[in-house]
Amino acid sequence: MFYREAGQFKTSYAADMAVFPLRQDRIGLAAIIAVAYAVAFTGSDFLLQAVLIPFLIFALAAIGLNLLTGYAGLLSLGTGAFMGVGAYACYKLTTAFPGVNFVVWVLVSGLFSAGIGVFFGLPSLRIKGFYLAVATLAAQFFLQWCFNRVPWLYNYNVSGAIDAPLRTLFGVPIVGPTATSQTRYLVVLTLVILLTWVASNLVHGRIGRMWMAIRDMDIAAELMGIKLLQSKLLAFAVSSYYCGVAGAMMVFFWYGGAEYNVFDINQSFIVLFMIIIGGLGSLIGSFFGAALIFMLPIALGIILPAILDPFGLSIGSDTIEHLRFIILGALIIFFLIVEPHGLARLWQIGKQKLRVWPFPY
Amino acid sequence: MASEAAVRRPGIEPRMVAWLFAALGVAALVVILAIAARTGAIGRGNLVYDVVVDPFVLMAQAPDLLVQTLWEGLVSGVLYALIALGFVLIFKASGVFNFAQGIMVVFAALTLVGLHEKGVPALVALVLAVGVMLVLAIAVERVVLRPLVNQPDIILFMATFGLTYFLIGLGELIFGGNPKQMIARQLYLPQGATDAAIFGGRVRFQHIDIAAAAIASLMIATLAVFFSKTRIGRALRAVADSHKAALSVGISLNQIWVIVWFTAGIVALVTGIMWGARSDVSFALQIIALKALPVLILGGFTSIPGAIVGGLIIGVGEKIGEFYWGPLLGGGIESWLAYMIALLFLLYRPQGLFGEKIIERV
Repeated sequence: MFYREAGQFKTSYAADMAVFPLRQDRIGLAAIIAVAYAVAFTGSDFLLQAVLIPFLIFALAAIGLNLLTGYAGLLSLGTGAFMGVGAYACYKLTTAFPGVNFVVWVLVSGLFSAGIGVFFGLPSLRIKGFYLAVATLAAQFFLQWCFNRVPWLYNYNVSGAIDAPLRTLFGVPIVGPTATSQTRYLVVLTLVILLTWVASNLVHGRIGRMWMAIRDMDIAAELMGIKLLQSKLLAFAVSSYYCGVAGAMMVFFWYGGAEYNVFDINQSFIVLFMIIIGGLGSLIGSFFGAALIFMLPIALGIILPAILDPFGLSIGSDTIEHLRFIILGALIIFFLIVEPHGLARLWQIGKQKLRVWPFPY
Repeated sequence: MASEAAVRRPGIEPRMVAWLFAALGVAALVVILAIAARTGAIGRGNLVYDVVVDPFVLMAQAPDLLVQTLWEGLVSGVLYALIALGFVLIFKASGVFNFAQGIMVVFAALTLVGLHEKGVPALVALVLAVGVMLVLAIAVERVVLRPLVNQPDIILFMATFGLTYFLIGLGELIFGGNPKQMIARQLYLPQGATDAAIFGGRVRFQHIDIAAAAIASLMIATLAVFFSKTRIGRALRAVADSHKAALSVGISLNQIWVIVWFTAGIVALVTGIMWGARSDVSFALQIIALKALPVLILGGFTSIPGAIVGGLIIGVGEKIGEFYWGPLLGGGIESWLAYMIALLFLLYRPQGLFGEKIIERV
């Protein structure tokens, strides 16, 4: 009754082809963005620093991997390494040219990641499926070795770690020990909204349709005239760009520093789980998956003691960590059995049911 | 008339000529480099010398070190081959790429050690651990495989990801995350080492390594006999060929899958015992199990001899590469050398040495 397209007439082709045809959807999206900006001023430090900033960063990385695996059908296990390339590139750029605006360097560091992504994506032209996963594993382990053994990358620092120097934007510190979580959150939120908008336009346009055609049956796509070489490499490039920017943001806006084992194979697995549970081939699924996987341990850490405390049982944090693995594994299997298309599909079904509510169909 | 054109002309094939030229070219290169090194035109410090000549000179100067490195490579190759064997078994019979094989190795070893810590005698603990792997196989078939019948391969692959994380959490919860010591002595596995005088130097052979190679060979031989001579083995091969055809002759797919996962579980247990006897049993082993992927690439996903040959090549290649070429790059190249070898193989022979040609090209 509230969520209908009745009475909304489209008077131009552009309006007809809009991504959000229903006015209620557009209002909802504007409301969510407004709330997101409002939380910067009303939310607690813990909420911003430990929950929302990493959620946004992982959502961006998940969007990156989703573009590659969900839309183009190319399985990749090298996400952690590509995030690392972006982070180290940003570090080198900002330490070499400290005067340049930091946000510019964040966006440029993604280009280095994109270049490396294209290089390691070249095998995708000959191999598919699990075999491509092995090629990206080569990228993961080799790049992680580089982060450790190439001292030029961390400016010959004795500890082998990189840290975030002080950087300002319009006079307000956004990176470094003095940057408040509010300013960092606002910068991250703006960048993520911008990049998500770009990704949305990509997947709803010609390029996205090219990738989906390749995913569904690449021989047919080639017969239709889609150039497989350029499309697959473009998928690797764009995906690695997003992962690189996410990696740079992770080090400079969240952790404040990093060393080589931050970008290990587990990072790749976590982002892959986010898109599996969230929904392959869906942008909003990336956000759902990031929210679920990232907030799961935090929620467990709050809920489980709350349940067990009245009974006088205490639960250690290491047990919570183990339970997190168990629940994560079980959730993945559960989702793959019940809804292989993930939370995004459940969201779509929900909206569909809402459109015809109170009727069943 | 048409049949004449179809008859192949006897003589030298172009491909043989190409290989001949390649071999002659490599031989010429070796001769040129040898002459250059002998006359002192290139020496240490020259990049070409360091990469192409120096390692071989080192190999010739200290042949006992070479034998030691080769032996280490063979042993780790055998262990990689064992992990790859579990993958191949499951992939052949159910078409599932079991990413959880690594954690099954760790879980099996942890069960054995954990039971022994609780006071169960070693051999009884071994039998109980086998029982646990059977229960795991039945549970996996019932909970994961049966609901996901007929789904695309990528979904099953990701389901094994979920299984991996589930087993990691379960293992850590039950047994704790600390590295444990394998009960090698109680299982009557040999200890100690022998030193042999080879090429004028001393080469050390650990008894446990010799035992590992022997046990692995025994297991592979047993599996080969099992597959070819017994009724269940034939049923497994039938299922590997075609699920529908196997169903139509009355083979129960569910039973076969339980048997296959149980067999892979036993292989995982033996692998866990052997790996654990050489170094501790810990969850880091699961990452080492990722090395089985390059082994499978080299050997082909569906071939048992391929898994063994691939494992040996990767093991030896890794150790030799690390020892002789590693110092040029700063060391530690063991972590990615296997994957680079696999990557090169993927570009030129994606089906591996023994696998079936199923990869499509762009």
